[in-house]
Amino acid sequence: MSSVQSLAPVRPNFLKLLLGSPIIGPVAALLIASIFFAVMSPRFLSGPNFSLILQQVMVVGVLAIGQTLIIITTGIDLSNGMVMALSGVLIASFAAQKGLNPFLAILIGLLVAMAFGLLNGGLVTGIGLPAFIVTLGTMNIAYALTRIYTTSTITNLPKELTFLGDTFNLGGTAIANGTILMLFLYAITWFVMKYTPAGRSVYAVGDNVEAARLAGINTKRVLLGVYTFAGLAYGIAALLQVARTGVGDPQAGQTSNLDSITAVVLGGTSLFGGRGSIVGTLIGALIVGVFRNGLQLLGVESTYQVLITGILVIAAVSVDQLTHRK
Amino acid sequence: MNFKRAAVLGLALALPLITACSSGTAAPSASTSGSGSASAEIVVGLITKTETNPFFVKMKEGAQAKATELGAKLLTGAGAKDGDNEGQVTAMENMINAGAKGILITPSDTKAIVPSIQKARAAGVVVIALDTATDPQDASDALFATDNFAAGTLIGQWAAKAMAGKTPVIATLDLAPGITVGAQRHNGFLQGMGLASGIAATSTDLATSKEVVCAQDTHGDQTEGQTAMENCLSKNADINLVYTINEPAAFGAYTALKNAGKEKNVTIVSVDGGCQGVQGVVDGKIAATSQQYPLKMASMGVEAIVKYAKDGTKPSGYTDTGVTLITDKAQAGVDSKDSTFGTANCWGNK
Repeated sequence: MSSVQSLAPVRPNFLKLLLGSPIIGPVAALLIASIFFAVMSPRFLSGPNFSLILQQVMVVGVLAIGQTLIIITTGIDLSNGMVMALSGVLIASFAAQKGLNPFLAILIGLLVAMAFGLLNGGLVTGIGLPAFIVTLGTMNIAYALTRIYTTSTITNLPKELTFLGDTFNLGGTAIANGTILMLFLYAITWFVMKYTPAGRSVYAVGDNVEAARLAGINTKRVLLGVYTFAGLAYGIAALLQVARTGVGDPQAGQTSNLDSITAVVLGGTSLFGGRGSIVGTLIGALIVGVFRNGLQLLGVESTYQVLITGILVIAAVSVDQLTHRK
Repeated sequence: MNFKRAAVLGLALALPLITACSSGTAAPSASTSGSGSASAEIVVGLITKTETNPFFVKMKEGAQAKATELGAKLLTGAGAKDGDNEGQVTAMENMINAGAKGILITPSDTKAIVPSIQKARAAGVVVIALDTATDPQDASDALFATDNFAAGTLIGQWAAKAMAGKTPVIATLDLAPGITVGAQRHNGFLQGMGLASGIAATSTDLATSKEVVCAQDTHGDQTEGQTAMENCLSKNADINLVYTINEPAAFGAYTALKNAGKEKNVTIVSVDGGCQGVQGVVDGKIAATSQQYPLKMASMGVEAIVKYAKDGTKPSGYTDTGVTLITDKAQAGVDSKDSTFGTANCWGNK
């Protein structure tokens, strides 16, 4: 990758643009996997099945939006699943058991999730603790708070809460409302990250926090913003989780932290920070979703799904390392 | 440079896909030619709590054998662990999408799974609960399960006779709060012992009596069973009768008793009738256990769904799949079979 060449003005060749894009790897992987499963199982290649995959991916997908931003800043968030569970339980409980207006209940859930995000960010910037340690702690705190609040699932939810799990008809295929919300969130985040100074400052902080600070970026404010925004994403994921399953489940989200990291990694974002693609994360989440769905259609035991996900993660990170040696 | 990246990732992807291929042919329920000529094939789904618990492995075997016999196709799925509702919801959606006419499920969370079951039934899919009832029970079309209250009653009645003349000092090693299976076995045991009466069979509250000096939760786990027994012995060293929710908990209790030098003076009773548990009866570790039949639950379930697919008869209500008391120290007035029968009919690895 010669820097001298890139200084000369060149008409962008579309093919070069595509191949040069950081997400070519994940896109190729998704295509190969999809073709494989389509060949092995006729039911794979159908509108209803694709809609199902999107639905099954939407909760982790939204969690992964927050995780992507945090990882770009060289942090990591282990608490997202537990914060989501707490938020979900609060939303369900306030709306179904305490008779609050459902939208007020949702607002409370979002605020609690954002509060945790702010707590994570505050500890990382204020005390300078590594994000891994901070979120390990808040993960356990959120886990315990959820179970102190309730240990049983909350049912009989008002229809406002299950709206995002309901479907509408598009050309004969049922599409869940929540998947539209997920795609919308990805689009907004992608735009902000690529085209706004706020977005670019996130990359700058992740690439070299000292250089960013010297360049005039308020690095503490950027990090606080990233973690709080991630908290908002976790609250939205909680609402999607509640809408999809129709219950407030204190047991939800126990593996979501690792699932969201898997999506981010498969999408080509480096755990060392400084670069990464939101769209890549969506592709990463879809890769996992496609594998799970495809393997289940083939009748393969879920233990093998876990095995294959593990192999995929190592493959993805290796490819990333091999092709980005500085 | 980036072309190279795509190519390397593609090659790296080949490995997991090859794994998928070979695991597809290894799993007995996989069809290697996609759904091929499956247009007339009836598809049945079985969703267990986990993939690895021998109880569920036996269920899958029973279901697969019946499905092969009736010419149906069996799809299987499970949660990642006991209590994983989301995993079971996902499996159910995928199976319905794959054309399943009916789904057999051992619900990990008996309340949380209900909305998903309602969605399935609204789509014309029959849902049968196996081993554990949904909450409420009529959320599923039918229930094929052990009468867990009867299972507890049998070991209670046996213990009452076996301990005749002695004052029972009882420890109960239970499952976890609010779960019907645990409560029913515990309450049945106390009722069979004659220490409690008139308990509603569907209650999830644990009954108690003055003879019960210690009650601890074990989540059906061997290590937790050992810790629970140790805690109970610290509380009261005179315990002479231990009720356990299942055989792993019983083995944990035995280890704790052995470490305290008390294993000869304490009677342990349990429920399950797994092959390892029956071996425990042979070895004198477990005095009596109520044996249940997961294979029957699954096989009857497959039969019911195939019948529904063929003539539209929906299964309904509760079907008792039977329970047998296994002990080598039979007591008069309590029906039981010996460990030889138990070994011949057990589930799990021998």
